[in-house]
Amino acid sequence: MKLTLKIWRQKNAQDKGAMVDYQIDGIEPDMSFLEMLDVFNEDLMSKGGEPVAFDHDCREGICGMCSLFINGEAHGPDRGVTTCQLHMRMFKDGDTITIEPFRAAAFPVVKDLVVNRSAFDRIQHAGGFISVNTSGNTIDANAIPINKQDADDAFDAATCIGCGACVASCKNSSAMLFVAAKVSQYALLPQGKIEATDRVLNMVSQMDAEGFGNCSNTGACEVECPKGISLENIARMNREYLSASMKG
Amino acid sequence: MAKSALLKSSIAKKVAMALSGIFLMLFLAQHFFINMTSVFSSDTFNSISHFMGNNPLVQFVIQPILIVGVIFHFTMGFVLEIQNRNARPISYAKNNGAANSSWTSRNMIYSGVVVLAFLGLHFYDFWFPEMVYKYVEVSPLDETRYFHELVAKFESPVRTGLYSLSFILLALHLWHGFSSSFQSVGFNNKYSRSLKAFGYAFAIVIPFGFIFIALFHHFNH
Amino acid sequence: MALDSKIPNGPISDKWTNYKDHINLVNPANKRNLDVIVVGTGLAGGSAAATLAELGYNVKAFCFQDSPRRAHSIAAQGGINAAKNYQGDGDSTFRLFYDTVKGGDYRAREANVHRLAEVSTNIIDQCVAQGVPLAREYGGLLDNRSFGGALVSRTFYARGQTGQQLLLGAYSAMNRQIGRGKIKMHNRHEMLDIVIVNGKARGIIARNLITGEIERHSAHAVVIASGGYGNVFFLSTNAMGSNATAAWKIHKKGAYFANPCYTQIHPTCIPVSGDHQSKLTLMSESLRNDGRIWVPAKLEDAKAIREGKKKAIDLSEAERDYYLERRYPAFGNLVPRDVASRAAKERCDAGFGVNKTGEAVYLDFAAAIQRYGKEQAFLKGIDANDKKAVTKLGTEVVKNKYGNLFQMYYKIVDEDPYTSPMMIYPAVHYTMGGTWVDYNLMTTIPGCFSIGESNFSDHGANRLGASALMQGLADGYFVLPYTIGDYLSPDIKMGPIPTDSPEFEAAEKGVKDQIYRFMNNNGTHSVDYFHRKLGKIMWDKVGMARNAQGLNEAINEISALREEFYKDVKIPGTDKGFNQELEKATRVADFLELGELFAKDALHRNESCGGHFREEYQTEDGEAKRDDENFAYVAAWEYKGKPSDAVLHKEDLVFDAVKLVQRNYK
Repeated sequence: MKLTLKIWRQKNAQDKGAMVDYQIDGIEPDMSFLEMLDVFNEDLMSKGGEPVAFDHDCREGICGMCSLFINGEAHGPDRGVTTCQLHMRMFKDGDTITIEPFRAAAFPVVKDLVVNRSAFDRIQHAGGFISVNTSGNTIDANAIPINKQDADDAFDAATCIGCGACVASCKNSSAMLFVAAKVSQYALLPQGKIEATDRVLNMVSQMDAEGFGNCSNTGACEVECPKGISLENIARMNREYLSASMKG
Repeated sequence: MAKSALLKSSIAKKVAMALSGIFLMLFLAQHFFINMTSVFSSDTFNSISHFMGNNPLVQFVIQPILIVGVIFHFTMGFVLEIQNRNARPISYAKNNGAANSSWTSRNMIYSGVVVLAFLGLHFYDFWFPEMVYKYVEVSPLDETRYFHELVAKFESPVRTGLYSLSFILLALHLWHGFSSSFQSVGFNNKYSRSLKAFGYAFAIVIPFGFIFIALFHHFNH
Repeated sequence: MALDSKIPNGPISDKWTNYKDHINLVNPANKRNLDVIVVGTGLAGGSAAATLAELGYNVKAFCFQDSPRRAHSIAAQGGINAAKNYQGDGDSTFRLFYDTVKGGDYRAREANVHRLAEVSTNIIDQCVAQGVPLAREYGGLLDNRSFGGALVSRTFYARGQTGQQLLLGAYSAMNRQIGRGKIKMHNRHEMLDIVIVNGKARGIIARNLITGEIERHSAHAVVIASGGYGNVFFLSTNAMGSNATAAWKIHKKGAYFANPCYTQIHPTCIPVSGDHQSKLTLMSESLRNDGRIWVPAKLEDAKAIREGKKKAIDLSEAERDYYLERRYPAFGNLVPRDVASRAAKERCDAGFGVNKTGEAVYLDFAAAIQRYGKEQAFLKGIDANDKKAVTKLGTEVVKNKYGNLFQMYYKIVDEDPYTSPMMIYPAVHYTMGGTWVDYNLMTTIPGCFSIGESNFSDHGANRLGASALMQGLADGYFVLPYTIGDYLSPDIKMGPIPTDSPEFEAAEKGVKDQIYRFMNNNGTHSVDYFHRKLGKIMWDKVGMARNAQGLNEAINEISALREEFYKDVKIPGTDKGFNQELEKATRVADFLELGELFAKDALHRNESCGGHFREEYQTEDGEAKRDDENFAYVAAWEYKGKPSDAVLHKEDLVFDAVKLVQRNYK
């Protein structure tokens, strides 16, 4: 396959950055998108250029490190996958592919396609935990049975990999789906209910402080989420937040 | 949590937006039913209009709440829009929004602005003259004037056209707004599908009902 | 220096308890005066950092990723073992201990393994309390499944994402401490050297990967939790960034490196598709619970399949060779990983491989789909002979159990595993070897600890499935927090360690010199070029089956490649900022040394055991032949300037509680 790549190049956080056009040949449909970028970078380096920086690590869709806004969509045109699981068979010979970093004020660019997503960590510091010491001296794991439906729903929410596709896809750069996933996971489990009030208030307050936008329920986040985290979680967080506000 | 902090939070704003929206939809529905009577009986329309225009509860309690609701809804709409734009200072070179969301959901601000402009026209047409009539000039009560005033306004094809166009935009606004407002207040369960379907019906029936009324009077008188 | 493993006296089941009762403790007020550096934030590092901070120490945690949550523990799929015996199928601490020692082919340290089995149950309690959504049954209690090498169901899981969920549990515990200010988190930092002051580990030199700055960080103790070195093979199931640099740097400063040749080749990975391949993807071992592994029984069928003339489903039962069930009737498809991997290689080497490259076997779910379908048909009162309905019902069950794995397979291979069997092939997955540690998990550098995959202690020559997560969390939550207190107790009045000492100066200079050398090399090839070459040597000559000749060749080739690397590697850009090529270079430089030691270790171990298979040492029917008389020891290598000069130290393995026998899974 022969492709035209339009890639965002930016030397560092201070640099203004711009889209740059490149040509690449010899891409095979079996390659993953990131392997295509590997080949592209090798080619670029052999010509004396500086490779395009992009985040990636596990390359099996679970670490949440890879990002990329490909042809106008977070993690590209395929559904239920991260960029590392996107394969070139989704594209055609002669295609033009636009590759940009995840864009949000809360995700400043580090270099080229690499962004800083520490805002997510800071939201978790505000309340993404259950305050139990790790002494191991807790009650037996089977002491509190958990309704299977609740356990499954909590699991579904917990599958969030923190990649930031929700923020990148949202026209408002809202982080509601990310925060809602964590709030939901704990709200559904008996262990998490004890601190539910403070958790949701603190996490939402940190989310707002980070400069994410507001949710307007477009649902783009749910569609682009590689783990298919449902909008139901946002509704649940809204409920949790309202009831916490009444109590608090 | 302090009230001020509550209103600063993104979720509180979103819920307030939703609640004011739901309130406005209720208002819209009752307005629609009253207007619809004008198609069937000028007398009924006149008597309901007279009641609404002179009942102290409606005039001095519900009407101010409605005005505050409208102002709140659009002011908050602008505030949120500005915040949301600031949340992404550099926009994408290529953004395929259609792949993951509906046009109506992404363009609430535009459909909203058109509806707001229409509201200006509507106030100019009906509400200001009404206020002047009742409270400035203190004209005598006339229980039969409402129907004629209505018909008179729809004589102009330009106004009828503008009126219809605005309601198409309102339909688009409601298409997303109805179910969105319920999601915002935390309503998402097994009834959500039916509610969404009802919302789509609402978004069609009410605005196009208004358009029907306008066209009816335009062509029948 | 003689190796002292510091194993406590007494009967094996009392060692840990007695030990805990008699070690020195640091009182809570004094813990505030002590700093601990933790390098790596996976299950071991994350849980250690959180626990140490809870206890009151000031923790400085480091990870090269942009968030501690991304550590590669996240990719573990199948589950975590614990001797809870919730199923009432006869499990116990002793059985878990026994299975782990046996599974490790009797090359693990008994006392450590028993301690691991003892604390395993606490891990499950702990994780549930933290809100980790482990799988549950309809009654609301925790569910279990069975894993390779065990005859009981003791594996707890969270669908196919157990590692992720457990790591997020540890990450949440860390977040709580970061929020309280007890952990200072350094994301996107890479440790490039350890600093030793007066014989004790007192700090590290790290590079800020965003600014390129070289930073000094001091502490009273340093904990290395940087994972394994599987990426020495270039292609592995490890993450692209997984590296051995932290472990190797401490090795070069005095920490012995134990059993580098013990490497686990995981039997169920997606086969290599081409030269561009950057990494391999694991399919959880849990699939072997329901999948049957086979190759064509006749060579001509295998050939026809490779050429695309025949399909798997065209072959009748009689034309298939379910070789694991044939060779190991007792364990069947659930034999340990090393056995399953070698059996696949044996079949493929004999010409029975089924994909284009000839390096793949089938993992077939058709039988499981029918079995589950019939169960469901019975429950729903549907005719069990209605093949279509049964297949549909069975597919649903399989989808519920393994849906995400099947989807992952489909996305990569573009073939539907519900209707045609999966293709799998072994791939490098886990390294049992690592820095040598004593019972306290301390390396041969006083004050430098090593936990999780980066140490060598618990898995011997082969790790059983669902044991890595157990070990990482056991080390971090329940072992290290005790043992480190014993070490730190004399340091309570010491005050903060200054970073302006000559030792810090020298270590920083060393790091800067290496970076300067890379940046000014003006070579012609990229880092990956050398890494791929190294990987090929390792896979071909130090991979699943090794022999003396190949190993000797590998040693020479790696050594030559290392020289070429330093002469000819090219690093574009600047070191004063984000530079991924430079990051890779510092890592590959270490792999190029480690790989040689790896081969040297494999060459010296004249036996086959677990993940180390020497072709010269096998039984008549091709099974690993151990030599307990001469090799029942841990090989701990001391660095002497070059891998080839490394000096061997032996820690003899004494087995009191378990009798050494030839492993038998037949």
